[in-house]
Amino acid sequence: MVLDYIGVKEINGSLIVLDGVKGAFNEEIVDIRLENGTMRRGRIVQMDGERIVVQVFESTKSISLVNTKTRLTGRPMEIPLSKEIIGRILGGSGKPIDGLGDIYPEKMGNINGTPLNPVSRVYPKNYINTGISTIDTLITLIRGQKLPIFSGSGMKHNELAVQIVRQAKIADDDGKGFCVVFAAMGVKNDVADYFKRSFEEFGVMNRVVMLLNLANDPIIERILTPKCALTVAEYLAFEHDMQVLVIMTDMTSYAEALREFSSSKGEIPGRKGFPGYLYSDLASLYERAGMVKGSKGSVTQIPILTMPNDDITHPVPDLTGYITEGQIVLSRSLQGQGIYPPVDVLPSLSRLMKDGIGEGYTRAEHQDLANQLFSSYAKVIDARSLASVIGAEELSPIDKKYLEFGDAFEKRFVNQGFTENRTIEQSLDLGWELLGILPKSELDRVDDAILDKFYKPVR
Amino acid sequence: MMKQLDKNDVIFGINGPVVTVKNSRSFSMMEMVYVGEKQLVGEVIRLSGNETTIQVYEETTGLKPGDVVVGTGAPMNVTLGPGIMDNIFDGIERPLAAIEEKSGSVFISRGVSVPSLDENKKWDVHITVKKGDKLNGGDIYATLPETRIIEHRCLVPPAVSGEVVKTVKDGKYTINDAVVVLRDKNGKEHPLTLCQKWPIKTPRPVKQKMPADIPLITGQRVIDTLLPISKGGTAAIPGGFGAGKTMTQHQLAKWCDADIIVYIGCGERGNEMSQVLQEFKELVDPKSGRPMTDRTVLIANTSNMPVAAREASIYTGITLAEYYRDMGYHCAIMADSTSRWAEALREISGRLEEMPAEEGFPAYLPSRLSDFYERAGRVKTLGGSDGSVTVIGAVSPQGADFSEPVTQNTKRFTRCFWALDKALAYARHYPAINWMTSYSEYFTDLDPWFERELGREFIEYRSKLSAILQEENSLMEIVKLIGSDVLPDDQKLIIETARVIRVGFLQQNAFHKEDTFVPLEKQKLMMKTIIHLYEVSKGLIQRGIPLSRIISLGLFDKLTKMKYDIPNSRLDMFSDYEKEIDDALNSTLTAEFN
Repeated sequence: MVLDYIGVKEINGSLIVLDGVKGAFNEEIVDIRLENGTMRRGRIVQMDGERIVVQVFESTKSISLVNTKTRLTGRPMEIPLSKEIIGRILGGSGKPIDGLGDIYPEKMGNINGTPLNPVSRVYPKNYINTGISTIDTLITLIRGQKLPIFSGSGMKHNELAVQIVRQAKIADDDGKGFCVVFAAMGVKNDVADYFKRSFEEFGVMNRVVMLLNLANDPIIERILTPKCALTVAEYLAFEHDMQVLVIMTDMTSYAEALREFSSSKGEIPGRKGFPGYLYSDLASLYERAGMVKGSKGSVTQIPILTMPNDDITHPVPDLTGYITEGQIVLSRSLQGQGIYPPVDVLPSLSRLMKDGIGEGYTRAEHQDLANQLFSSYAKVIDARSLASVIGAEELSPIDKKYLEFGDAFEKRFVNQGFTENRTIEQSLDLGWELLGILPKSELDRVDDAILDKFYKPVR
Repeated sequence: MMKQLDKNDVIFGINGPVVTVKNSRSFSMMEMVYVGEKQLVGEVIRLSGNETTIQVYEETTGLKPGDVVVGTGAPMNVTLGPGIMDNIFDGIERPLAAIEEKSGSVFISRGVSVPSLDENKKWDVHITVKKGDKLNGGDIYATLPETRIIEHRCLVPPAVSGEVVKTVKDGKYTINDAVVVLRDKNGKEHPLTLCQKWPIKTPRPVKQKMPADIPLITGQRVIDTLLPISKGGTAAIPGGFGAGKTMTQHQLAKWCDADIIVYIGCGERGNEMSQVLQEFKELVDPKSGRPMTDRTVLIANTSNMPVAAREASIYTGITLAEYYRDMGYHCAIMADSTSRWAEALREISGRLEEMPAEEGFPAYLPSRLSDFYERAGRVKTLGGSDGSVTVIGAVSPQGADFSEPVTQNTKRFTRCFWALDKALAYARHYPAINWMTSYSEYFTDLDPWFERELGREFIEYRSKLSAILQEENSLMEIVKLIGSDVLPDDQKLIIETARVIRVGFLQQNAFHKEDTFVPLEKQKLMMKTIIHLYEVSKGLIQRGIPLSRIISLGLFDKLTKMKYDIPNSRLDMFSDYEKEIDDALNSTLTAEFN
């Protein structure tokens, strides 16, 4: 017997409250029909006996206390999954919006997913060659990793993401098993369009699944977007052995949507008004990256987030950094100097890099070179701050060498063209060439044997 | 054992992981319960006249009002017995490998019920008591080889005592076979199996706490010499993301000289846990030549696993450690990270609509933290042996701001504070423990041991080393303003020596086979050599020889690399180094005056 519940008891923001509901379960999806025939969907988020609180995905606009009929669907939030989903454009809650009709499901996937058993994970080791010197050499991306880009408004994070997609040799041999899941959360239409055009330009659009929740779409749908995207990604990776790269932009908008929703539920706010469970919530997304036993596929995540006011201690980048396996930080001052990609290498990090590089992966001395570049560049920053106080002329000869090294490092190593695809050999050799600016005695992170082989002082 | 089913005990409300039951009288505080058809594990956390509040350790999707809640009549407990070592559990001691096998999926499905320890495996048991023996709580009645290096000693539960009336022969038994029967003074018989249950939030009793006067040797120079910790001590490792908390804990877990390691991944990354699993399997324990996993137990409650079980994981871990301590082992717990645990408390407290204190954390945060850290210590066990539990907790302060409540409260209850510094981590100086802001309160307790084992000089070298670092720190203030060129030579020498100490001594390469673990003797000789070079150079400078001449000899650079150049097995090479220093500086002196 299907019951319709007429009217609602209370409406508050995106939440509606119904009373006298029997047989509902936690997180169940409900259909809400308005008098004028429009349909809305919602999810049960809280229950007290027969009183249930429902979160409405679209919005509660024009819902009144009497004009609705609500029906329990008996299912949790699920989306249809099939291999045919590749190449499609979906809305934020997983419904196709490209006018090509519904997806015929091979199976239905619960968007909340379930946590991966840590025992079943395979520790990621295969590195992804992105063709970008800073990333390949210093912040190596590993298949199955979650590596966010910390950026700010107006910086070139989208270009960087596009360049990674274009250049990344993520797939096995002929690239058949490669696909991109792109989730846009609260981004401007132009941004979504830029990604779409770029994918079309390099002819990978038939390997992309796009989920779009634009800046003017409802926030509740925004909360579902990454969950849907990752459900699709997990399905393709673990059931169809594909190498899936998930790009999620912008995580800050997602977190803000979560904050808006939480405050309308009347929850106790934590830092900067974000809910206390923001960490657990973000983790439930980011942890859905990885590789598992018994499948050749992988889910690699590149979430993009804009740091409000370029503040890396803001709760969203801060909590993200605690969950993800490193971060790529972009710098406004480098961008100001016309350097692209404006990667600020010192705060950037890849936690999985140490096991995916070196002998058998890249080159034996890769780790030593990376350590030395980090360490020397850190000294450049010290020398620069000293120079800004006493003037560059007054610096000791060593410090002057560091300034020279720093400039060359930024202009030649960090800086590279949008279409320039450097091999790992080229990047590593360039690193050694730049270290040649410094005297050998300054290179204290590298064994002498390696120095003898690679170090060539610049005359 | 299940209690009688009361049909009124049904779910009324659900809010995230918190479930309420109306008008029930059947539950007691902290009782473990099973919720709903799938029998999800939960715990009673609040009782009032008409409402019982339960936190559920698994996802609550699909639960509905009216579902049955069944009490177990006992608080949340864990099974203690053979099979804990070399295993990986979730926050409430469910074996993850067995779950994988049973569910046949790479995901953790809900309500999978598997026993904590393998009930079918037969252990090679040796009975150590005979009929007529009088046993008290904590006494050993049987032993068995749990792994190649850990002998499992079965202990009489703390509350039981009496006379042995029956034993079995040595042989193969499972954990649920009764091997010894005790009759207490009231004539009641207690069959003792190879395992026992213990509530996780109750500390296991001990005879007495002992002074913390033996160091936990970690092989990490900055810790062993400048910031030592004792066996049974407590330490906090705070640091922002990317500062190297996890790396430091991995190093300690691999190399510290505890017998047993309990590694708790509390709300951390799944890939990290699989890394620990893999690395520890490949890594060979230097003492026994067996894989590290033989003495390690992992508790993995990754950040996407249910939040309530995250709260429990810390207690589960320390209870396991206490159990092995009672057998007479030295145990070390790595808790990564206690901030996630505090956040779990906050999250549940928020769901209960409790009045928040600082930054939304509940007002009982400090008391929960102190309860946890106070369970550490070196003790005389009930059975009379010497054991210890060392607790090393990572703290992840929001925005790397050490003034936040979790860091501040942890600081009050731990005696070592190893502060990780972002600037050092950016320069890839690992371990990024800042020697100026960190401290250890164990010096006075441990110095007699150092003096006895390594001689008075060890302590002298250490104070000289700290003095140089301290002086460098104040000189750097000047250098930052005007550059180092204007300093007189003796101050430049301080800066140069401090550089050698920082790069050549404090900085340690975890991936270098000679440098990842350094014995205390080598640490001492390294300090000795550096101090020697400093003192001889100082003498030369006083006699008017410019520092640049001394530096050009390359001795300082040579000492920064001695950590790699001198293998741990060739400590005799240090005397060559000293001779080389003396020769080079003497000839400089002679050349100067001829």
